[in-house]
Amino acid sequence: MMMRYVREPALWLSLLLVIGLGIWPLVTKSATLREDMFLILMFVTLASSLNIVLGYTGYVNFGHIVFFGMGGYIGFYLIAIKGWRLIPAALVAALGVAIFAIVLGSIILRLRGAYFALATIGVNEAVRSLVVNWDAIGGAVGLEMNFGRYKDYGGPMNALWYTYTLLVIVAAASVMLSYFVRTSKFGLGLLAIREDEDASLVLGINAPRAKTIAYALSSIFPAMVGVLFFFKNGNIEPGDAFRLHMSVEGIVMIMLGGYGTVLGPVVGAGAYERLRGFLLTSPLFKNLQLAFAGILLLLIIIFVPSGLVGWLRNRFPKVRRILA
Amino acid sequence: MDVLIASVVDGLLIGFVYGLAAMGLTLIFGVMDVVNLSHGALIALGMFGAYLLYTGLGINPYIGLFFVLIGGILLGMALYGIAIHPLLHGPHLSTLLSTFAISMIIVGVGTALFTSTPRNIDISMGALTLGPVRILGTRVIAALMAILMAVGLYIFMYRTHTGKSVRAVANNRDAAELVGIPSTRILALSFGLGTMLAMVSGGLIATLFPFSILSGGTYELKSFVICVLGGLGNPTGALLGGLILGLIEGFIPVFMPVGWTPVIEFTLFVIILLVRPSGILGAR
Repeated sequence: MMMRYVREPALWLSLLLVIGLGIWPLVTKSATLREDMFLILMFVTLASSLNIVLGYTGYVNFGHIVFFGMGGYIGFYLIAIKGWRLIPAALVAALGVAIFAIVLGSIILRLRGAYFALATIGVNEAVRSLVVNWDAIGGAVGLEMNFGRYKDYGGPMNALWYTYTLLVIVAAASVMLSYFVRTSKFGLGLLAIREDEDASLVLGINAPRAKTIAYALSSIFPAMVGVLFFFKNGNIEPGDAFRLHMSVEGIVMIMLGGYGTVLGPVVGAGAYERLRGFLLTSPLFKNLQLAFAGILLLLIIIFVPSGLVGWLRNRFPKVRRILA
Repeated sequence: MDVLIASVVDGLLIGFVYGLAAMGLTLIFGVMDVVNLSHGALIALGMFGAYLLYTGLGINPYIGLFFVLIGGILLGMALYGIAIHPLLHGPHLSTLLSTFAISMIIVGVGTALFTSTPRNIDISMGALTLGPVRILGTRVIAALMAILMAVGLYIFMYRTHTGKSVRAVANNRDAAELVGIPSTRILALSFGLGTMLAMVSGGLIATLFPFSILSGGTYELKSFVICVLGGLGNPTGALLGGLILGLIEGFIPVFMPVGWTPVIEFTLFVIILLVRPSGILGAR
């Protein structure tokens, strides 16, 4: 079983991209490069996990960021208030969020199409406004971490590198999960649900269960990334944790790279982040970067709806083995 | 008790304006099955339309609304041609994203031009005093204008040939095409009407509260809640949903901290979606 994957070029290409680029800052020891890569890898994780629900199963989830925020809050609370170490806190956060996703998913995945999309917005906003009012976890102001906490990791500087290294591992794991789901029989079931859910039920796919599992799988790594991100920042607040805009950016990255492919979200996240960095620093586009990104998105949806990787797959059928 | 009556009346008046905004969203969904994610940006555009006409040209905001209305229909029809029509037969995701792209463009250009500092239309219409209750004149006028627009829309949809065509296309586009209705033109018009409703309600909101180019998002979320309360695609339901939301916003601060309002709104939103996706008026 495992041997089959070892000989899959598509998996290696995606992993090489994530790990290769991820190790680069560790080798050069450049802090600015690390900060840039941190954002890219964070979005790689968010986009490839979202792709399991959006690209494979065909359910438009605007509330993906709720996993990131919730994981961030659980982890941050455990680290800053309870004095846990980073890794156990991240694991517990992922477990908690996955349980939340199973319960929530089994309820809201009964809705389809636009109704599901709207419900996910509602869930994110409900959770965010609940956290704003929850004084035990800081309310609207959020929580802060004592800087002394970083001493356990060899001081703030080392803590940043340590967090970054963990992020590289999480991003790679997220891409691997996406690949295994895509190539497994379970994944084929998800694709069948995407094409025609009623037909897939007739064919004997337990669609409600498959959808819920896909939803829960997509929640694990965003939760971990949330813990890493807010641990690095040293504070967490509801506005940063449950930013609806970030969910939509994740969708844009998936569309840019290629909807329903393994490599697409990786390429899309990298390309989008680089582009945004360029627009933000260029004097010509600085003020108009949002509008410019909007025009780009519109052009992609109208002219290249399958994204970069999808376009290559359609244009050159021979590369399909490499670009999954 | 007086506080309660005052906040209920206030809530109802604002509810009409919210309802008008939501009618735009629900009309577009009902006719072409598109969730318009540029709704909030269009509301903000309406706010700035009324604001610029007032501060730049000195046009009374209520008269300025007429220009916002015309501009809204034209802009909406243009947007339909650019961002909706080419994608109408694709998956749901494509129109969600294309309308979101429109929103990014509007907000992006708006931020560059107007920055995100809050503004307001400084207009006073006195106040109405009924017994213990004191109501601001601007709210009464805004509610009356919203009712006027809603009645106008109703007459258009049920009494004119074009309006009946819109309903026919919403009901079944292929059948409408078979009986000779130019469905593409009707769809463009419907998107224009939806955009117009969003922008006019934006213009009305601008006379009530301070706003910035980023304010649209809040009202977009409110419109979603209202549409779901009233049933997606049902304009009459949207008006009722607006009143319910207005009442909730009026009631809650009397009993608990105002911060809990969104928690209750969005929880209600998800529950209604799950239990009665056709809205409180709709058949099960």
